[in-house]
Amino acid sequence: MSTNSRLLSRRSFGRLAVAGAAAAGGAMTLGACAPGGGKPTSGTPLRIMAINHVWSQAVKRRLGEFEDLVGRRVSMTLLTADQLSSSYNVKLNASGTDVDVMMVRALQEQLLFAHNDWLVDLTDRVEGDREFAWQDFQEAPREASASAGRVLSVPVVTERPVLYYRKDLVAGLGGVPRTLDALMSAALEAADRGRGRYGFVGRGQRSGAVSQWSSFLYSHGGDFVVDGASGIGSRQAIAAYEYYGRLLGRTGPPGATNMSLEQAMPIFAQGKAAFYIDADAIYSSFLDPEVATQQVRESVGFAPFPAGPAGARPHNIPSWSLGINKFSLLRDDAWQFIRWAAGVAQSRKLQAEGIPGARASVWEDPQTLEKFPPELAQAMRTNAGRGLGYDRPRVLQVGRARDIIGRPLVAAVLGEPVRPVARDAHAEFTDFLVRDNRHKES
Amino acid sequence: MGATGLATAPAGGKRRAPRGRLLRPARTFEQANRRLKWAMLAPALLFVGLMIVFPLVFTANLSLTDAFGAVNAGKEHVGLTNFTDALGDTRRFWPAVSRTVVFTVGAVLLETVLGLALAMLLRRPFRGIRWVRTVLIVPLLATPVAIGILWLLILDPTNGIANHLLASVGLPRQEFLGSVGQSLPTLMLIDVWQWTPMMTLLLLAGLTTLPDEPEEAALVDGAGAWQRFRYVTLPMLAPTLATALVLRAVDALKTFDLLYATKGAGGGSDFEVETLNVYAYGLTFDYQEYGLASAVLVLFTLFIIGVVILMRRRGGGKNA
Repeated sequence: MSTNSRLLSRRSFGRLAVAGAAAAGGAMTLGACAPGGGKPTSGTPLRIMAINHVWSQAVKRRLGEFEDLVGRRVSMTLLTADQLSSSYNVKLNASGTDVDVMMVRALQEQLLFAHNDWLVDLTDRVEGDREFAWQDFQEAPREASASAGRVLSVPVVTERPVLYYRKDLVAGLGGVPRTLDALMSAALEAADRGRGRYGFVGRGQRSGAVSQWSSFLYSHGGDFVVDGASGIGSRQAIAAYEYYGRLLGRTGPPGATNMSLEQAMPIFAQGKAAFYIDADAIYSSFLDPEVATQQVRESVGFAPFPAGPAGARPHNIPSWSLGINKFSLLRDDAWQFIRWAAGVAQSRKLQAEGIPGARASVWEDPQTLEKFPPELAQAMRTNAGRGLGYDRPRVLQVGRARDIIGRPLVAAVLGEPVRPVARDAHAEFTDFLVRDNRHKES
Repeated sequence: MGATGLATAPAGGKRRAPRGRLLRPARTFEQANRRLKWAMLAPALLFVGLMIVFPLVFTANLSLTDAFGAVNAGKEHVGLTNFTDALGDTRRFWPAVSRTVVFTVGAVLLETVLGLALAMLLRRPFRGIRWVRTVLIVPLLATPVAIGILWLLILDPTNGIANHLLASVGLPRQEFLGSVGQSLPTLMLIDVWQWTPMMTLLLLAGLTTLPDEPEEAALVDGAGAWQRFRYVTLPMLAPTLATALVLRAVDALKTFDLLYATKGAGGGSDFEVETLNVYAYGLTFDYQEYGLASAVLVLFTLFIIGVVILMRRRGGGKNA
């Protein structure tokens, strides 16, 4: 055989390419003809995908109890929020049956998942089960669980923003700030950035900061969407942008625009900031010797969200909920899991461990709040009473909306003029809402 | 064609196989050999078809639709709209193209210069060379995500060790990855830290294959060290250098994990490190705009192919 004959000729290459494509097509066809995962047997585990959160960890420890109840093995996978979201996208785009119970963010993904028809309608199950007591769930989280009148998820973890402060520092700054103006004055006074001491720390990332900033927006009298149109160019929204930018940009640590929860929380935990506003669900970090310094553990205080020009209007949201995959082959068992994990008894036990849930009757039971520091329990109850049920716009493409809304916020933190950026973002958000509505109708 | 099939076909003539021939038992050694060839190739063909051809065709097809929300949801063909939308986007697409080019050119140039310098140093044996070579490949062993988190901690503006070191020698503190302006150069330097050893190893392999005679001749002719390097070693090393450049440039163009691990979705608060790869990922997983994301990926693929062709033509032709 000559050397030339060993080389791949153009014709042979063409044949190979066609053969490759044909092989792929054949394999895909075979895959498509195969039954959708087959019928489940008694050995098929119930698969749960959840966020790596104290709630999920506590539930995972109790799974044996549920396995005895349902007579089926349960497999629970814990991931970060981004990993979870990406996994759902990949699995559900492929109509995957390998997940039954999905832990979802009702305000982040639910509308889109409902649009894609990826979640089972739970309306009949939650409303037809008297023992489950659907009306016992707090109103704001309950409303967030429904899309177009259909209940698609059940809230299990709720959160509100709380003002964390250092009691030892606040004593000399006029006491605990009850208003946003008082917070600004105290933070400016406490800040000594040259020496690494900061007045306030909070989230500053374009997208990540939007949910915490929402309480500042509402307390300035603004909203993301007003009468169906963009509200981020309003006088109130610009005031909220400028306020937050001044608070974090002038009294906060360097590099604030790269800070999300993971970067901001340790700065307060290590005693470098006087004030910090973030979710109440993370309070235990400041009592944990592995995270917080002794000084912070002994001096951390908790207060309700301070009042702005429009009063104190924090959010009170279902941060994590449980839904059922539309392609699940174990829907009944998946519902049994939700019924067990979000039922009154389990919710009471979990809240008694310091994990805030969504059931009103559990919140009214003083025993379930014993684990929380009394000042925090009071702040949580106050915020829950005043809270709005959303911390981001209720649109299909929440990610894109947050990116648009966050731009003026970043400009404000960087000390740049807010108005031109807000005007530009307002125009972009207006176009976005038109397109989003078109998608909703499609 | 005789009864013995291909074995008796006239030499050089067109040999057309009757239908179903492959299913019939082989009658000659050549026939069996040809069938065996396809049987041996089948797993590789299946792999290439499933993992390369199908995704490429699927993505190209998706780029011509308005797919949104779910890939398997109803969608309409919109022609080249996604491509015109992407190419007309001066807010995200073109800045992402620019950052991709800046990141790749900057990082790869530095890696090449440093890699070549290190390779020249390591070319001649010296005491402890084994230790040096071992230490050199350590950054290559870690995953980019782990490296991203490691540097994120080192460069943290408030608690990181880098600022403590700067302050201890009287230099001003820096925001590094916390700054909109410093993020891309910082990430380029991290990339240089991780991938310079690979360039060194590739170029060192090339240097060890070079003959000594031309350099010795140049030495006899009175050429200095720089002249020997510039006019003898470098031209002889050009094919290896071109190959290393193409490999590294394609890899740098596709950088994603390091950028995502350090700056998150969208490449930072001002999209400051959003390259084409990060942008396409965001369109897919954060915005669920599969049609537009596919168009960006098709453009990105064409861009990479263009870069490779350009580099091959400029840097060594068929040898590269």
